[in-house]
Amino acid sequence: MRGAFVRRLLGPQNRHLWFWVFVGPFVLGLTLFTYVPLAWSVYLSFFDAHNTVSPTDFVGFDNYTAMLGDDAFTGSLVTFLVFTAFIVPATYALSLALALMVNRLRWAQAFFRSVFFLPVACSYVVAALIWKMSIFNGVRFGLANTVLDWFGADQIAWLSTTDPPWYWLVIVTVRLWLQAGFYMVLFLAGLQRISPRLYEAAAVDGARPGWQVFRHITFPQLRATSVAVVLLLVINAFQAFDEFYNLLSDSRGYPPYARPPLVYLYYTALGQGQNLGLGSAGAVILALIIAVVTVVQARWFGLGRKED
Amino acid sequence: MPTPPKSRDVRDALVGVGRAVRLVLLLALALVFLIPFYLLVRNGLSSEADLTSPGWTFFPGELHWSNVSELFDDPNVPMAHALLNSSLIAVLTTVGTLLPASLAGYGLARIPYAYANVVFYWILGTLMVPAAVTFVPSFVLVSSLGWVSTLRGLVVPTLFSAVAAFIFRQYFLGFPRELEDAARVDGLGYWRTYWRVVVPNSRPVFAAVGTIVFIGAWNSFLWPLVIGQDRDAWTVQVALSTFTTAQTVNLHELFVAAAVSIVPLLVVFLVLQRYIVAGVERTGIDD
Repeated sequence: MRGAFVRRLLGPQNRHLWFWVFVGPFVLGLTLFTYVPLAWSVYLSFFDAHNTVSPTDFVGFDNYTAMLGDDAFTGSLVTFLVFTAFIVPATYALSLALALMVNRLRWAQAFFRSVFFLPVACSYVVAALIWKMSIFNGVRFGLANTVLDWFGADQIAWLSTTDPPWYWLVIVTVRLWLQAGFYMVLFLAGLQRISPRLYEAAAVDGARPGWQVFRHITFPQLRATSVAVVLLLVINAFQAFDEFYNLLSDSRGYPPYARPPLVYLYYTALGQGQNLGLGSAGAVILALIIAVVTVVQARWFGLGRKED
Repeated sequence: MPTPPKSRDVRDALVGVGRAVRLVLLLALALVFLIPFYLLVRNGLSSEADLTSPGWTFFPGELHWSNVSELFDDPNVPMAHALLNSSLIAVLTTVGTLLPASLAGYGLARIPYAYANVVFYWILGTLMVPAAVTFVPSFVLVSSLGWVSTLRGLVVPTLFSAVAAFIFRQYFLGFPRELEDAARVDGLGYWRTYWRVVVPNSRPVFAAVGTIVFIGAWNSFLWPLVIGQDRDAWTVQVALSTFTTAQTVNLHELFVAAAVSIVPLLVVFLVLQRYIVAGVERTGIDD
């Protein structure tokens, strides 16, 4: 009896055993370090959990109502929307333009690709440091202010000017520089998959090289790549933390403006008071938002629809 | 609307002009893209006085290579220790990510099992929630394990990447079965077939995923900031960030530190670029 049960458990040729030898360690780790913390956080989010991970004071949905009623939290979502409105179209356009230009080069293609791709090796911390301390330094020796000076314009305190909000220029250009090359590589791969026959056929039909070919052949053929790129851009913008934190916080803390969701969450959950209940509620809300955004976007663009 | 046919000469001339304009534009953009790297080197090798003088110099009159030794001699800036931490974390994270993810990818792709789909969706489910959003939950777990400010706490929770497992699964689905069948005929089981035949023939995919993971681990910031709270546990990024945002340090020292911090990556990057490009293509496109 027992033998038969064990044999069924192991499967033919011990296949079930081998499946779990291969897949088990990963699934165990993933469960322990992703699902368990998530479940724990959902639990914590219903408690008053200051400085503790094993709270006793059940508060129901109070953390959620507090979070959603907090102007700073809803403000952080607005910051994300503004940031997305800048960074997604800017990165999309620049990386696509770079890919189109690099793809048509007959020589030095590898050189240009490397140059545009190189910033991918740089961390957000180092890039923010260069932007904050050298390019957009508010004092006279900053590069941007030096250039303004050459044209006789006034100095600008880039990161502390809120009217007009010059800090957005600094924040958006860091990320643009860091990630344009990454998406350029994705577009280059997409371009390479377009059949040369389509271009030959277009030439036979009398399509002018340039705009007409781009509009009727290249752009539609890049649809799958475009969908993936926009999805990645939005998800990554939602998780923005490094450049905001390093550009804007100083010895006095973080300014009251330009706080994206993760910066808000960081100061709420891990700042003074360590309100882990409130922080967990925030994490749950953000996780739900990003899950919904991912699904809606995928549906909207018809991701997974078999085409081409 | 049909366009009037142009003579061949005019069209050739236009194509030539277009190509020249494109090249000039590319060169200008390449220059702009390189400015930050130039500033890193220029500022890192300047004296403090040159650096903060209002008159712009494209390069300091004298290159202060002594800034590098000054950085490592400064007891207030634990740069050597931070570099060691970052190297350890990056290497351990790379190995520790590749091993379980590749095994899981192979198991899912090749070993028939009735509930393989359930397991697969269990793994894919984590892709819905990006890791950065779950830093509070992960912090809760790590702090209750007592792993704050330890190497374990910095590395272990980041090792189980559903993306990596997914990439390996897709890759192994396309692996030539004939090679494995030959090994099976020789009497090798799943385990030995995997290590003797599959892994040695899959080096490019390991290199691609490995370099991407290595770069990510070296440059990672939020998790080390949350977990590496003690000065002894600082990574390079956390150390640089602390000196950018909170404590003040001489500008030239800050820049030379930043320049030193990207040297290991630039080496990895230039040597392994084709694998990185392949890795990026896999990361972004598979859907």
